[in-house]
Amino acid sequence: MDDFETQNIELQLLLKAIYLKYGYDFRNYSKASIKRRVFHRLDKEGLESISAMQHKLLYDVSFFERLLLDLSINVTEMFRDPSFYLALRKFVMPKLKKHSFLKIWHAGCSSGEEVYSMAILLKEEGLYDRTQIYATDMNEVVLKQAKDGIFNISKLKQYTANYQKSGGLESFSDYYMAHYDHVVMDKSLKGNILFSDHNLATDGVFGEMNLILCRNVLIYFNRELQNRVLGLFYDSVSPGGFLCLGSKESIRFSKYSDAFEDVVRIERIYRRLNTDN
Amino acid sequence: MNPFEAVVIGSSAGGIKALSMVLAALPREFPLPIIIVQHLHPHSDSYLAHILGSKCELNVKQADEKETINKGVVYLAPPNYHLLIEEDRSFSLSIDKPVTYARPSVDVLFETAIYAYQDKLIAIILTGANNDGSQGVKKIKQIGGYIIVQDPATAEADAMPKAAIAASKVDSILPIEQIGPYLLHLVNRSIRLYRQCH
Ligand SMILES: C[S@@+](CC[C@H](N)C(=O)[O-])C[C@H]1O[C@@H](n2cnc3c(N)ncnc32)[C@H](O)[C@@H]1O
Repeated sequence: MDDFETQNIELQLLLKAIYLKYGYDFRNYSKASIKRRVFHRLDKEGLESISAMQHKLLYDVSFFERLLLDLSINVTEMFRDPSFYLALRKFVMPKLKKHSFLKIWHAGCSSGEEVYSMAILLKEEGLYDRTQIYATDMNEVVLKQAKDGIFNISKLKQYTANYQKSGGLESFSDYYMAHYDHVVMDKSLKGNILFSDHNLATDGVFGEMNLILCRNVLIYFNRELQNRVLGLFYDSVSPGGFLCLGSKESIRFSKYSDAFEDVVRIERIYRRLNTDN
Repeated sequence: MNPFEAVVIGSSAGGIKALSMVLAALPREFPLPIIIVQHLHPHSDSYLAHILGSKCELNVKQADEKETINKGVVYLAPPNYHLLIEEDRSFSLSIDKPVTYARPSVDVLFETAIYAYQDKLIAIILTGANNDGSQGVKKIKQIGGYIIVQDPATAEADAMPKAAIAASKVDSILPIEQIGPYLLHLVNRSIRLYRQCH
């Protein structure tokens, strides 16, 4: 058996140890990204093998927390893919306006940039006051940042450009207060957002959503876990409700393909069909 | 000795012309997959696949999430995503932060190509104005893959080939017009040698 195979055994054991000790289940994630992150952490910490890392993470919670940040990949931005938000404005918001009360679920919301983008859009469409937004992630560190709604000022220029391209109706600076190196998102955006801890790999459904967004999360899962999660979404979205995935993700290779129709295919906006099964 | 099983290429500034020249030298029945990271503007769409496809006989496409890798196909990393290779020889994508300022990053592709192909890799670094790829080249060389670098003197931007040459003992440094023909020769020879031994 060569070193590669041995390393793969070590990696499998590491993921099992993480699951047994801390409850995070990475065993059905795409391996390449996990492996790369684990090797980089190995180098940074000067550990000699994945087995040594396993020992360390079992006894040292703070080490595990660092590794968790590596593995969860929290990169995000406001109005990422402006054309997606433009499509939401044009094709989804008019349908949502027919409801007197709305429930929206952001699954894998990371540090909240996407959620605040949605809150802004809902305000501009006159829907915010009748909406409850549930924003969830498995990583409590980023959820805390999301709750605070404080972002680094260095990205503001890009966010402002994204906002304008996404069909924004106001001046983006109306939505935050700048303080030296950071901005604080306006309080009025937060009132109807509930941030909470939810793990798509291990937790259950969230009821009767009119719109679910889960963008750039499924790319990290293998097909089996993708199917599990799309099943969760199927069960959580009301008939006729919307599901939005990331621009390189698709429902078409999953078990749930037939249960959803395209709304805007290239933007990965789908709608659950009205029939039961 | 095992024959090679995949070609990975990294390029940046000036890369479209350089890639066109390399690919134009290869026949339709080229026996390996070719997987490319070319740095692009994050919002550019799939025009690169059209340009390169029109310059060569091979089928050129943007790599899809979970797509199985096939020989004779040229795959391009989508703009604004890292392209990774899984051990079962399929692709995955990530929006992880840029590496050496780049997303897609050549280093990310090269590092994960090792997980799938180990030493059966040919890695090529072409023109570019940064040092993306040099870490990947170093790792591929360490496990015994084959490294070709464009002669910096013939590169529109020489930083990327220079960084690769500085990072490891590369196997061949060639002017751009010789890279395609040499690649074909190398691959055919490895297959011939393999057949003789088995
Ligand atoms: C790359 S970010 C995407 C953020 C945002 N949706 C976007 O597109 O910009 C992926 C997020 O998914 C979260 N995540 C990964 N696995 C998860 C799981 N099993 N359950 C819930 N969230 C998960 C990570 O913690 C991370 O915040």
